[in-house]
Amino acid sequence: MIGAGHAGVEAALAASRLGAHTILFTISLDGIANMPCNPSIGGTAKGHLVREIDALGGQMGLAADATYLQSRMLNRGKGPAVHSLRVQSDRVQYHIYMKHILEQAPNLTIKQAEVTEIRVDSTNHVSQIVTKLEAVYDVKTVIIATGTYLKGRVYVGEVSYESGPDSMQAATSLSESLRKLGITLRRFKTGTPARARRSSIDFSQLEVQEGDEEIIPFSFMTEGEMKNQVVCHIAYTNEETHRVILANLDRSPLYSGKIEGIGPRYCPSIEDKVVRFSEKPRHQAFVEPMGLDTEEMYLQGLSSSLPLDVQEALYRTIKGFEQIELMRNAYAIEYDCCDPLELKPSLEFKAVTGLYGAGQFNGTSGYEEAAAQGLVAGINAARQVQGKEPVLFPRSGSYIGTLIDDLVTKGCSDPYRMMTSRSEYRLILRQDNADLRMTPIGREIGLVGEERWKRFCQKKQAVEREIKRLKQTTIPLSPELNQMLVSRETSPVTAGTKAVELLRRPQIGYQDIHPFDLLAPKLSKEVWEQAEIEIKYEGYIKKQLTQVEQMKKLEIRLLPEKVDYREISGLRLEAQEKLNKVQPLNLGQASRISGVSPADISVLLIWLEQKKRRNTPEEQENKNGH
Amino acid sequence: MESFGRESQTIAAISTGLIPSGVGMVRVSGPKAIEIADQVFQTVGQKPLQQRKGYTSAFGHIHDGDEMIDEGVAAVYRAPHSYTGEDVVELCCHGGVYLMERTLRVLLDHGARLAEEGEFTKRAFLNGKLSLDQAESVIGLIQAESAGAARAALAGKDGALKREILSVQKRLTGTAAHLSAWVDYPEEDVEELSPQSLVSEMEGSQKILESLYKKYDTGKMIRKGISTAIVGKPNVGKSTLMNLLSRYERSIVTDIPGTTRDVVEESVLIGGYALRLADTAGLRETEDQVEAIGVQWSRKKMESSDLILAVFDLSRPMDDDDHALLETVEGRTFIAILNKKDAASEADISAGERLIREKASDVLVMSAQTGEGLEQLEQMIPKVLGLNKIDPAAAMIANERQRECVKRALDALAEGIEALRAGITLDAVSVCLEDALSPLMELTGERASDAVIEQVFEQFCVGK
Repeated sequence: MIGAGHAGVEAALAASRLGAHTILFTISLDGIANMPCNPSIGGTAKGHLVREIDALGGQMGLAADATYLQSRMLNRGKGPAVHSLRVQSDRVQYHIYMKHILEQAPNLTIKQAEVTEIRVDSTNHVSQIVTKLEAVYDVKTVIIATGTYLKGRVYVGEVSYESGPDSMQAATSLSESLRKLGITLRRFKTGTPARARRSSIDFSQLEVQEGDEEIIPFSFMTEGEMKNQVVCHIAYTNEETHRVILANLDRSPLYSGKIEGIGPRYCPSIEDKVVRFSEKPRHQAFVEPMGLDTEEMYLQGLSSSLPLDVQEALYRTIKGFEQIELMRNAYAIEYDCCDPLELKPSLEFKAVTGLYGAGQFNGTSGYEEAAAQGLVAGINAARQVQGKEPVLFPRSGSYIGTLIDDLVTKGCSDPYRMMTSRSEYRLILRQDNADLRMTPIGREIGLVGEERWKRFCQKKQAVEREIKRLKQTTIPLSPELNQMLVSRETSPVTAGTKAVELLRRPQIGYQDIHPFDLLAPKLSKEVWEQAEIEIKYEGYIKKQLTQVEQMKKLEIRLLPEKVDYREISGLRLEAQEKLNKVQPLNLGQASRISGVSPADISVLLIWLEQKKRRNTPEEQENKNGH
Repeated sequence: MESFGRESQTIAAISTGLIPSGVGMVRVSGPKAIEIADQVFQTVGQKPLQQRKGYTSAFGHIHDGDEMIDEGVAAVYRAPHSYTGEDVVELCCHGGVYLMERTLRVLLDHGARLAEEGEFTKRAFLNGKLSLDQAESVIGLIQAESAGAARAALAGKDGALKREILSVQKRLTGTAAHLSAWVDYPEEDVEELSPQSLVSEMEGSQKILESLYKKYDTGKMIRKGISTAIVGKPNVGKSTLMNLLSRYERSIVTDIPGTTRDVVEESVLIGGYALRLADTAGLRETEDQVEAIGVQWSRKKMESSDLILAVFDLSRPMDDDDHALLETVEGRTFIAILNKKDAASEADISAGERLIREKASDVLVMSAQTGEGLEQLEQMIPKVLGLNKIDPAAAMIANERQRECVKRALDALAEGIEALRAGITLDAVSVCLEDALSPLMELTGERASDAVIEQVFEQFCVGK
């Protein structure tokens, strides 16, 4: 396992927990599970990923619950499909927690060393890795999760130098070795804002942003009361800020063309925002604490690669920041990453057996996206060693599956960020039912222990029982019931009414009918909430499930490995090229490649059938012959 | 993506070609073939097709809701004993182009998908009904279709339809992107969309699509003729009118031996528009039958017509039959023809006209015998049907496939609007919105969810 960021940590834990002898290499032990950007976990769609990781038996959710400072459920009121959990984390505590978990893990060796070379045997199967100090290790599989370390280069104004994140060393040699193995490398870029000293900010000038009163943990295993320990603040840029930026644009490496790496569209620097959205009079910025025992504050929304003097000048134009003292400056960082179209859905490279990629190296961005891939790569690398088939996650079952399918089927031309709109099945892929979707899979893989499994089964049964009960229960007619209905601006009833019918009204929640539901059992919120959502959105959920079923019919039509699609007559040229590059596993994946039309899919269907029929008589002949 | 699970869908198409012929056949194949056919075909014995064995057929009626389209025969084949190897129903109806297309359309409205070129054959091959060497010819068919579609797309590139669909698509994509940015970036100051503004946005798109959808029928009237029923009590001069119209510009009158054994359709070109006059004699429309104007079948015949010419006799006082006729045609597109002007007195004419004008807005006093008033009729017909308002350069849905896409988009929009009105949360609404976008993107060849995400980054200043 090369790299101990959020991908590397999950991969190493999963592989070692599955019984594979695992070595985790990191350039610095002090960089394990570091958060070089936002001190936060979760957010829209990312929160879904964390819950799925947890439900599968990963570590990120537990770590986030153990080290949070403030928690908020985003998008309350916008519908259950898009509720997303986000916490502010204690950056140093998170690192300490993860490092300690790794240190205690069985089958796991942790080494501080820079890997400089990956060697393969005559069958193009990974065989050895070499470190900078010339230590050689025999290996069966390798996972690369080098994040922004690989050929990392930091840019601040006119200044640039080789560096990893947070002033760590860059990994400078591995790229060359990867190229020799036939892996395409590209340059991507990302950036981070400055950190400022708390006492230099005038908080009386800023808006306060509180956490939630009632905190929902990330992990389905976390119990007990949780309380917010900090607040965040909101500041705004103004015309003067924008004037300073525009006046110094020529000194930005992005605009002068020094940075060739492609930056994330979803995470623009402040100069990007000001240039592209010039009509906006102000932009938001958040002031977030980096931890309980530090005075460093993270300035979300103000990432920049402008020179240091411009950074200071522009920050100081902001109300409340007049005296701001920067402790770490903002910077942009450029790094090497692969083209995920060269990966299989198991995250193994098509070109090199036993070589896997995960995290930012695969072209994504974000701790959560990284962790999700790390978990999948770790599981599949371990299974490969153990001679088992890889576990593949369909996009209809999880955001993890959606993320990987997008990467290996469509690729990415800029750092990929998870969004709820990336999933066409978002009404069924909710964060609240991540356990119902993923825990059985985690159990089968072997990452879900007895205790989690027991709890899961209990919850599942309780939800099913409650849905059944609500379908059978009639709420008797009473003046109080109608009073409640009218007060919720929905029509009164004239007779006893089925609980489910009342629940289907958008204005009525489970808690509203609870006082009238005399036989209701005492249930935990996660149980009744689940029942409520399943009933309320039943129609939409059913519709999406039908779509999933239809899609599955294409997914089960497997395509053979290493096909030369140019030899299939009837396919259009564009389709042949795209199919050759992606080498899809099945017709479902093939149908999602841009440039492959329904007519091409039809041709593939017939080609598959032809192949099958040609093979069948031969096989029979062979059988008869022996 | 449009091809998800296409193989498992039930497909339908006209299998006899769009040439007027004695008998037409519309074929449905797939897991829901029999179920869908049952919703469209009522057997005379009331026994649903689902209760019938394979290799049996039944006589009955093809209907669209309450309205009867035609009578015909349904042959049931059960998997694997059919041409495609799937459940198949073959609906044999009268061979008129209009009838076959209507029958097909009702099937599509009930959940069948329009079959692609060669798709029945493709399925037959995939289900092991055809031999290996036939696969080549199947691929040939698909290739031809694919090339044809590409040509069609190219031809439509600067076309009005594409422009109009793109405008709706742009609108919906913008709205979906806004919702997406609002949901995916809750901490950015992305303006919240109120349900009211969403409803009006979606209704705007709905309106454009609906007018396209409606124009499909008008467009078809222009291309395929206006189906016209001449009705009236006995001896008001229907036959004389029919003869007059038939004689008019004799050279371009064509006889379409219609459907059947019985119905003869006569196409007449009047004022640049083809009128398909149904002489319904074969379907038992005799002079006697018209006396019973309220009789079920007669009303239905009128309902399936684009235009009704209701004929009255000025030389006789209006009676109960005339009033009954007026009531029947109320709400339909009709012209009240006050006939036999030549045989009526001035007083009769003005009395009759006054009476009819109470119930009818388009009234023509004429004489079928002398031909007086024919020119006015020629001007009235396009006006009554709104054909004069059609801009020939305007966007028009060209075929059933496009119509199906627009229909699916309209259904999804209606669902979204309903969800908004009911107060369902916006996560469900955004799914409806993308469901509406997908079929439109099928028309223009893009992918819905990718387009939405592109727009989020283009239009909104969001980030961490």
